[in-house]
Formats: sequence, C-alpha cells, structure tokens
Amino acid sequence: MTQPLLKIDGLTKAYPGVVANDSVSFEIGEGEIHALLGENGAGKSTLVKMIYGLVKPDSGTMQMRGEPFAPPEPRAARAAGVAMVFQHFSLFDALDVAENIALGMEDPPPMRDLAARIRSVSEEYGLPLDPYRTVGDLSAGERQRVEIIRCLLQDPRLLIMDEPTSVLTPQEVEILFQTLNKLRAEGTSILYISHKLEEIRALCDTATILRLGKNVGTCVPRETTARDMAEMMVGSELQTPKSAGAKLGDIALDISGLSMPSPGQFGTALKNIHLELHRGEILGIGGVAGNGQDELLLALSGEERVPSDAIRLGGRPIGKLGPNARRAAGLLCAPEERLGHAAAPNMSLTENALLTGAVRRDLANRGFLRWGQAREFAEEIIKKFDVRTPGPENAARSLSGGNLQKFVIGREVLQKPYVLVVNQPTWGVDALAAAAIRQALLDLAAGGAGVVVISQDLDELMEVSDHFAALNEGRLTAKRPTKGLTVDEIGLMMGGAHGMEVAHAEA
Amino acid sequence: MLKLEKRPQPSRVFAWLTPLMAVVLTMIAGGILFAMLGKNPVEAIRVIFWDPLFNEQFASYSRPQLLVKAGPLILIAIGLSLGFRAGIWNIGAEGQYILGAIVGAGVGLAFYPLDAWYVFPLMVIGGALGGWLWAMIPALLKVKFGTNEILVSLMLVYVGEQLLASMSLGLLKNPEGLGFPGSRNLKDYPSAFNDELIAGTGMHWGVLTAFLAVIFAYILLNRHMLGFSIRLTGEAPRAARFSGVNPNLLILFCLGMSGLMAGLAGLFEVSGPSGQISIDFNTGYGFTAIIVAFLGRLHPVGILLAGLLMALTYIGGELAQLMLSLPSAAIQLFQGMLLFFLLAVDLLTNYRIRFVKREKA
Repeated sequence: MTQPLLKIDGLTKAYPGVVANDSVSFEIGEGEIHALLGENGAGKSTLVKMIYGLVKPDSGTMQMRGEPFAPPEPRAARAAGVAMVFQHFSLFDALDVAENIALGMEDPPPMRDLAARIRSVSEEYGLPLDPYRTVGDLSAGERQRVEIIRCLLQDPRLLIMDEPTSVLTPQEVEILFQTLNKLRAEGTSILYISHKLEEIRALCDTATILRLGKNVGTCVPRETTARDMAEMMVGSELQTPKSAGAKLGDIALDISGLSMPSPGQFGTALKNIHLELHRGEILGIGGVAGNGQDELLLALSGEERVPSDAIRLGGRPIGKLGPNARRAAGLLCAPEERLGHAAAPNMSLTENALLTGAVRRDLANRGFLRWGQAREFAEEIIKKFDVRTPGPENAARSLSGGNLQKFVIGREVLQKPYVLVVNQPTWGVDALAAAAIRQALLDLAAGGAGVVVISQDLDELMEVSDHFAALNEGRLTAKRPTKGLTVDEIGLMMGGAHGMEVAHAEA
Repeated sequence: MLKLEKRPQPSRVFAWLTPLMAVVLTMIAGGILFAMLGKNPVEAIRVIFWDPLFNEQFASYSRPQLLVKAGPLILIAIGLSLGFRAGIWNIGAEGQYILGAIVGAGVGLAFYPLDAWYVFPLMVIGGALGGWLWAMIPALLKVKFGTNEILVSLMLVYVGEQLLASMSLGLLKNPEGLGFPGSRNLKDYPSAFNDELIAGTGMHWGVLTAFLAVIFAYILLNRHMLGFSIRLTGEAPRAARFSGVNPNLLILFCLGMSGLMAGLAGLFEVSGPSGQISIDFNTGYGFTAIIVAFLGRLHPVGILLAGLLMALTYIGGELAQLMLSLPSAAIQLFQGMLLFFLLAVDLLTNYRIRFVKREKA
C-alpha cells in the first residue's frame, strides 16, 4: 500500500463550551481529491485551520509523507507544501492582481517577472487572468482565480479549498472542476470542503463526513447517494419543506424602471429593474454575489430612496418612503448580514425585536417605549421559531448563526407582512434551521403574502420558489416559472461564465 | 500565561465594578507617585478624598464647592454622552460653554439696570441658544458636507476663546471698570444673579438643572424611541439605518443637545460663581466633562457620580497643593490616571482573563 500524503490521527481541539474536533482521523492520498463534508459548525473549519497551522491541536498527530507534521504557523505549513483558498477572499480592492499576489509572498520577485509567471500559470491551468487589472473591478469568480493562482505559484502538494463554489455560476463551477482535475492529474492532492453533495459526487474520490466534531464515516461519493450522505451529515432524516400550493392573487409588489447608483465605491448600480410579484407567490432571485443583491435589498427596505413610482406596493407608490413608512405599508425586509445590519450584536433580543417591530407591533406610545410588549414580542419569536436561547435578555451575538437567523426571519414573519423580502435567508445556517426557515417562507406565501427570496444557493431557490429571475451586473432578467428550468438555462440567466469560456477551448 | 477571552455578552457586574476598580487603582498608583515625591501617600490620599468633605477646618468652604464644580461638569457631560452613545463626537463643549456664557451674560447686561423677574429666564434662554448655535456649526457642516465633527467642534473652541477675549475687552467691557478687562459683575445686579438657592450649600440653578438633565437623559435613553435610536446608532449604524433612523436628524439632535447643555452650564457659571465675563473665564470644564462622561460609562447616573468624584479630586487637589505643597502637575497626572485606568479595566466588561498553561511547542 502506498504511503498517504497526509495522515491525520486523533486530532482533538476543544474551545470553551464546545469540542470542535473530537479525535478525528483520516488520510489524504497522493493525487486525490478528498471531500470534507459537514454542516456549519461540524468542525470543518477548525480541522483545516489545524492543517494550515492557524490553530494548534490539543492532542493528536499529523504526518506528511511519513514525517511528523505540526506547523506552528501558516508560514511553516506553506513551506511544507500546504496552500489554502479561503471562503472569504483576502484581497485589496484598490490594488491590481499582481500586487495582491506579491503581498502574500515571502520575497516577491520583480513585478514584471511575477506578472509573467502569473500569466503562464493562469494559461497552463485554464484560468485566464490579467495581472494588471484592479481587483475591485473583478467578478467573484475572477477574484477566486487570484486566490487559486496565488496558491499555485507556491507549487503546493496539498491544496485546501473552503467552499469554493458558493460564489460561482454553474458554468464557472465547470471551469473550476476542470482546473482541479488537471491538478489532480499532475499529482496534487486537494482537500475540498463543501456541503453541496452533487458537486462532491461529481468531483471527489473520497469523502470524510464530520458531524459535531466527530468523523462519522468515510465513503466513495460516486457510489453513495446524495440522500445517504446528507443523512450521515445531519444524523437524522431530513424533512423537505412542502408548499401548500397557494393560488396567485393580485399584484402585490410592482417594480418598474428601478435604477439606482451604487451607494458604495465598489458596489453595483441597479439598472432598469422590472418586476411583478403576486400575492401568494415566492419569487427566487439568483445571481453570483456582488451583482446587485445587497443594493436591491437596500432599495426595497427604504434605506436608499428611489423615485416614487419605481416601487409600488399594492398599487401605492412607495419609492420615496423611509423604512418605517414602508413597514407601516406592509413591506418588510430581512437583510443578509445578521450581525450589524439585521440585528445589533451587543443589544438584547428584546431590543432587537424592537428594532423593526416598533411600527407594526405598536411597541411605542407617542415615542415612549412599551418594554413589556417588546419583551412579549421577543418571547413570541423565540417560542414560535424555536430560537435556542435562555431568554430575550440575552445579547444577539450570544446566539449561533442559525438561531439568530431564525430570530431575524421570525421577527419579520410574525409581523404579518404583505410583502416580505429576504436576502440569503439560510446563509451559514445548519440544515435543520434552514429547513424551518424555508418552511416558514412557504407558509407565509400560502397565507397570501408575496415573498422575494434573494439567494446564491440555487438548490434553495429551486426548492421554494414559484418563479425564478437572476441578477447580473445590476440587471434583473425576466422571471420564468421554476418548474422545468434546467441548470444550463439558470446559468445563462446568471450571466453565463462571465466571459470565461475561452479558457478551456483547447482542453 | 494570561489570555483574553471574549465574553458571550457584556458583563453587567463588571460594567458597574470597573469604575470602582479604576478609582482604587488610581489611589494605589497615585499613592506610589506621591510617595516618590517624598510625601506620605496615605495622608495625600486622605487630603484629596476625605478632608474636603469631613475636615472641620476646610469642609465649610469646600463642601459647597463640590456642587459648584460638579454642576457644570455633570450638565455638560450629560449632553456629551447623548452624542457619544451614538458615535457623534462633540469635543468642543468648551467653546459652546463660552458662547453660552457670552450670549447669556450679554442678554442680562443689555437689560442693566432694569429690575424685572424675567431678566434671568431670558438669560437662561440666551445661554442655551448660544451653546446650541455654536454646536450647530459642526452639525450642519457634517450633515451637508460630511466634515469631521471632532475637528470642527474642537477648532471652534479656539475661535470661542478669541471671541471671549474680544468681548471682555470690547463690547461687554464694564464701562465703570476703570479700563480693566471684563464685564460688569452680575453679583451686583440682583435680577441677573444666579444666587445660591439654599445658602451655604453651593446649590444654584445650574446644579438643579444638572440634576434635571440626569433624569431627562435617563428617561430619554431608557424609555423613549429617540434614546433607543441613539443607542442603536452607536452599537450598529447599519442596523440603525435599517431600523429607520435618519442619521442626519440624529446628528443635529445630539450635537444640538450637547451644545445647548454646555451653553446652559456656561450661563449658570457666568451669572453665579464666576459673576462676570473675563478673558480667563473658561477653566476647562468642557474638556474635563469628556472624562466625566466616560468615567460615568455614558450612563446618566454614572455621570452624576463621576461628576461628583471629579469635582472632589479638583477640590482635594487644590487642598493638597496648599497643605502638602504637592506640585499641580502631580494632581493633573493623578486625574489623568483615573481615565487611563478606567479605559484599561474597561476591557473586563467584554473580555475575561484566563490563566492558561503555556502550550507545548
């Protein structure tokens, strides 16, 4: 039997209150694409941080090609041939590609040589990239290429990729997979972290599944069904959300000719958006991150004002109204970023209930707050949405991502919206909480409300929405019935491969 | 090895305990400082903290001084704390204090020597208006052009000081003052004089206003939507916008309120303890109030206690200079230490210290 590239034996890491990894063992072979599969909070991140030298294990050992391997810091891990592409890019928007790559190097070569090397590596692996372009102008897929090329320049033996496809269109995923397959053919091993089962079945040779910090099984993804893997991951049977199948009613939300300049320097301008949403309808809006999702939410929540006629709610123009006037009219929103936007991290859940609930739940009397009612409202959200917390006096930041998201969605749903707009409702949320949130959205629509779900998770959109549209560089495509849409069609709606097709013409 | 660990939520116990710890640590470090200067540390601390209140010889003079000094500090600090809670940094209370005094005294002097009940109330309105208008300059510039309110409000302090000098040498100069700079003394003009309400206590209208401001701020912050908006903006500005707070209105309100209260403090000072507009009328209350606001954790009741404590160190410090001939720099250092220790132990509200064994390499 050949020696594995990396052998992990009994790695354990405990944080106060949780055991992130409980004696995890597995092996990654030479030239193997190994999937690390698990829900959010299963301990995937902690495990790869230990391999990359960011976190020191409490106990357990690692071996790299038979030699003991215990990197005290990332630099040592890189020297041993481990490279990592993080889920959140660490790039400077204002610098160009080559400058960004030089920043991460121990002693960067002269800029001209580096640019030439970037060109040659990017062409060799089918990832075309101009070294002199400013990163702020690149799409998410292109930024990821910068990170990948930064790693490839180190000539790694093991490449760790953390949820690489969450920012890509289906076509871009295809290109990425070709690149990864090419790397495998050259003998590079890849540790591929994901919770998207179909991807793993298409790409990976073996998979290790983590649940609550423990290794609960290893399998060959090609020979295992997605459902079996999902149940290993969650540890119980999954309830698929069900739609009651409401009939569509009158037009609830009518957006016509909505244009808005970008509120931030590197944001996206909205360009002439048209949209009709009926009562009882769930419209899914897909698209790669950074194509106007956040801006669309700001325009709908009232944080950014637009011409009055651009947005009509039940026929009434509301474009000029502020957030509270829109809430009074029945348009409620839940932004993507939980901590800092949808909720104030250091404030209690009661205060966070008040944050959007004051108008519709009548929590203030001539400006004077009714703390008793606010507390009752918070308790109602906690009870009906099964938010795990000792009580409403706890700070929002003390809740886990999934629980806080249930609180945020519950806060809006319980205010009985006429139209609800949510952005990334299940981002970074465990599977059970995600299913509960999707079910709540379906129930809301069944009760006659219009719902807009903006999400980058296509599986989620296919599961809950009646109609699908996509944002691409601030433009919204016409909506189409979800039923019968193919992955290729969705990809084209999302803007295809953003001009990346050429790369593999010769492959 | 010591390690800091973030608490899941801020500790309520430590939020109240840290000011006390800061005071105790300041006493210890101050004691060491005084010992190194060759003074008996226990005696020095006693002179600063105990004698002003309980020494038979001095207390009759220094006890009323406590309220006289604490009044303006508390009033200004309450105004500042509203903005600080929302992340709006008015550093120029000293200037607003001066302008309140100039406008308020100006109103009073304009009526001289009319004897009428309405002179003093009009002066109060004038003082409030003067401070408010001076604070509206940085507020409007910030709202309209996005200027930094810290710089603008601070620079306006120096403009205010020049204006004060000009007023005491020109427009408001006492015509019967034999050419000396400074206005008429309002102590000699009963309709405009802010006398002690209860003789021998130091309690004047300004101190009463400061206490009312504490109650007002407490109700605003804890019971009213506007106070909630202020706190929300300070904690999470994006969440505040999402919640429907208009950031520009909040800037105008917070800067206006702090200017108004600083202006009132200036008016009550010029019409009472100080008595006249003079070149060196301002003594730094507007800056010290920043320390008071933070020492009181930006909480109204905390500010009340911090204002009294700060006033005590002032009076006690003067006493220590007199009795023990401690240099005034040592007293200022002592007061500065208080803020530094507070900021240092403040960490314990959000973090806890853990002792961990050094990890094996």
